Amino acid sequence: MTDPGIEMTVGGAPDGPAARDLFSKFDPLIGQREQLLSTGLTDPFNLVMERVESPTVAICNGRRTILLGTYNYMGMTFDPDVIAAGKHALDEYGSGTTGSRVLNGTYQGHRECEDALREFYGMDHAMVFSTGYQANLGIISTMAGKDDFIILDTDSHASIYDGCALGNAQIVAFRHNDVEALEKRLKRLPPDAGKLVVLEGVYSMLGDTAPLKEMVAVCKAAGAMVLVDEAHSMGFIGEHGRGVAEAQGVIDDVDFIIGTFSKSVGTVGGFCVSNHPKFEILRLVCRPYVFTASLPPSVVATAATSIRKLMHGGSKRAHLLENSRQLHGGLKDLGFKLGTDEPQSAIIAVTMPDLERGAAMWEALLHEGLYVNLARPPATPQGMTLLRCSLCAEHTGEQVREILGMFGAAGRKTGVIG
Amino acid sequence: MTDRDERLQTILRLITEFNKKGVEVTEETRFAQDLEWDSLTVMDFVAAVEDEFDVLITMNRAAEIETVEQLVDAVGELQGSK
Repeated sequence: MTDPGIEMTVGGAPDGPAARDLFSKFDPLIGQREQLLSTGLTDPFNLVMERVESPTVAICNGRRTILLGTYNYMGMTFDPDVIAAGKHALDEYGSGTTGSRVLNGTYQGHRECEDALREFYGMDHAMVFSTGYQANLGIISTMAGKDDFIILDTDSHASIYDGCALGNAQIVAFRHNDVEALEKRLKRLPPDAGKLVVLEGVYSMLGDTAPLKEMVAVCKAAGAMVLVDEAHSMGFIGEHGRGVAEAQGVIDDVDFIIGTFSKSVGTVGGFCVSNHPKFEILRLVCRPYVFTASLPPSVVATAATSIRKLMHGGSKRAHLLENSRQLHGGLKDLGFKLGTDEPQSAIIAVTMPDLERGAAMWEALLHEGLYVNLARPPATPQGMTLLRCSLCAEHTGEQVREILGMFGAAGRKTGVIG
Repeated sequence: MTDRDERLQTILRLITEFNKKGVEVTEETRFAQDLEWDSLTVMDFVAAVEDEFDVLITMNRAAEIETVEQLVDAVGELQGSK
């Protein structure tokens, strides 16, 4: 051994056996990262936005950059009413609650935020969590007990898998968006067992929507409760912006809708809405709700104001979906391979041949002045590397044309398109 | 052929489709280490086994199955409990 000092720094006693470094399990990832960055590439997972000018423009590495990789779908982050509400709450209620929702952490603003959600979804109950991740973690782990079954799509978000891992229910997975696979599995379950089917309105990696109409029908026929995560549809899909379940006419058969404030609403936080008559008991038994501090007053004030404005966002909705169509069509014409044949949401995923070329393309776009998300396994399905574009209602038609020009230039430079 | 042999043959056939590296498979073969399957491949394979035998293998149960032999026995058990 040439350098025994290294062993000692990770906790081994000087004369005892060498300590096993618990970090050694990350060596393959560290190696992959070093190899990628050794080519001089900008680290795609370490970007700093030095200034943010608007929902669609920020300064990154001193350069004006169009933002096409945020979840600011409705551009609410700089809405003057939203900002005024947040400032007012900071002045009136202070910077934080320093407590749990069930103790000293429920202020007037938290109640008003839940009122806004109930009105927005037309449902009886609303429960606000500190993040969307915690909403899934809490609801899923608490509702399904040891002898119950959770049936989920294999492409489910990490927060759904983690909710399953936190609880102790039996977990059954079915192939992504496959109605028949779901039905088969439901039929193989004990008829009298408790069943919770967890679906998403929009799957965020490829931007594809779920066939909720068929799936919810199959679930109801099997006597299962249905939870739909509508994080990526709130505010612009469905007549009232309630999401894919509303757009497909099955929202009344959905038992729980999970959502977030960190996308269309434009701040941070998570929620669950439901018509279940016993829903309120969850406030006492749901650990990710109880054992964490509640959202700061300014955050719930901005969220409530934003949610109420989203109820009347008809023209913005139309513009957002038009942007999505323009970008999808334009990228297709340039010769890029896309995650969906038609635009189904505000997310357009561009599939890259591999991580190396994906990272090179990501950097070339950044040099052009465009930020998109680089997504790679295990976050992506089927080991894909994706450049994920998410549109904002505040992107102008001119910006979308500019974006397409940048994609063309970067794609030719990196050889991703001919 | 016993029922168990039949189950083994069927499972070996299903493995072939996912055995991209062409690893030689015996009852002792481990899915993660020997076949080098990632979690997504495992999920696809489990779905194929479920549909072939018309059984349900929960993720909890699948996590305990490491070898071909264990899978053959687990499927037998699950079929028996139907």
